[in-house]
Amino acid sequence: MWKWLHPYANPEVAYQFTGKLIPWFNGIAFILLSIGLFLGLAYSPADYQQGETVRIFYIHVPAAILSMGLYFAMAIAGLSALVWQLKLAHAAIAAIAPVGAAFTAIALITGAAWGKPMWGTWWIWDARLTSELILLFLYFGVIALGNAFEDKSQGAKAVSVLALVGVVNLPIIHYSVEWWNTLHQGATVTKFAAPSMAMSMYIPFVICFFGCAFLAGSLICKRFQGQVLARNSLRPWVKQLALAEDN
Amino acid sequence: MNPALSYRQAFNTILKRDLKIALRHRDDIVNPLLFFIIVITLFAISVGAMPNVLMTIAPGVIWVAALLSTLLSLERLFKNDYQDGSLEQLLLSPCPVFILVLAKIVAHWLVTSLPLILLAPLLAMMMNLHPDGYLALFLTLLLGTPILSLLGAIGVALTVALKKGGVLLSLLILPLYIPVLILATAAVEAATMNSPYQGHLAIIAALFFASLITAPFAVGAALKVSTN
Repeated sequence: MWKWLHPYANPEVAYQFTGKLIPWFNGIAFILLSIGLFLGLAYSPADYQQGETVRIFYIHVPAAILSMGLYFAMAIAGLSALVWQLKLAHAAIAAIAPVGAAFTAIALITGAAWGKPMWGTWWIWDARLTSELILLFLYFGVIALGNAFEDKSQGAKAVSVLALVGVVNLPIIHYSVEWWNTLHQGATVTKFAAPSMAMSMYIPFVICFFGCAFLAGSLICKRFQGQVLARNSLRPWVKQLALAEDN
Repeated sequence: MNPALSYRQAFNTILKRDLKIALRHRDDIVNPLLFFIIVITLFAISVGAMPNVLMTIAPGVIWVAALLSTLLSLERLFKNDYQDGSLEQLLLSPCPVFILVLAKIVAHWLVTSLPLILLAPLLAMMMNLHPDGYLALFLTLLLGTPILSLLGAIGVALTVALKKGGVLLSLLILPLYIPVLILATAAVEAATMNSPYQGHLAIIAALFFASLITAPFAVGAALKVSTN
């Protein structure tokens, strides 16, 4: 397996590989999101308590799940950057952080839009809302720390440490906040056993979730390419690429 | 080469050195304390001096002020050593970074948080804290402020090489302080209502030991990144 993986540590190969992935990710994300959102917005039944407002959930929940998943992915990239000194992991962290922050912001904003009709207020200091907000702060911290260093590889190592510290703290923050105050409904989707909702809502949700995941994948690949180019700007292959663009 | 220092000797040497340096710069000890007092005064003035209002916000205000003044004093932890190069010498020593970093953090806690803990009852009285809350406040500060120093050291170690690390430091560290803040204020509030708060204290103690074991490693890794 290592032999198979080894060539991808070369920036040029990784650049071309992600370049090949992007159109696939884009296509799959487009198809899944159009099917999922069409089913979710037009076909799935309205909730008997929440009415039509439940439909925001097809964006809100995938964004919320991805916001946490991407932080975890960033921490894994950080670990491989620190332990195996992978230069590409540096680019991966810088690629993932803003996308993760964007999904966190989407989850917060759609949640606020849903909270206004249902809870009667845009914002409540509820456990899940608060820990999502703290997650956003953690993302901003990672982005700000990465930007503060002039030496990019030093900055990436610092960010790796911070991402790991953050990922250890995330569950602690989550549970302490939950204990502090809870109003949000419990998780209905992430239970692996029987999901406690109707299939007609579950299927569009799953489609939407994978659509969002592929969208995130495509965005991250695109940003990753940019980061790889920026970090290798003096290499001959990047120069050739730039010259080929010109012609 | 003569045999290296034992771990205990190394720890004591660094601790003594840092305490001596801190005691020669008394401003560095006094200023965060003054800041602590001023923040609490500002809260009392801005919220209005109604005794029952003060009573309800007292635990939160005292803890937030303690947190901010810790943050203010943290920068001193590695900055001077970084600038005069002694930090790099420390990292080059054969002794594990864990021990050295822990000694520095302990020294920092002794000169900044300990006076703050001693001062806290006075400010609790000015904030009209319920008499039942004093012991809880003391215990939470005693267990909680070391966590602040330990976690804060990670942030300082990450930002020590940067010219403008101060604001960035607060962005990195304050979110990580939230669990301590929640548990500590909940404990003091529970105590003022005469309900048991041992559970809160136990979790704070657990966090303290967890960060005591893990944070120095993260600080060491971060210092290696910063000194390159």
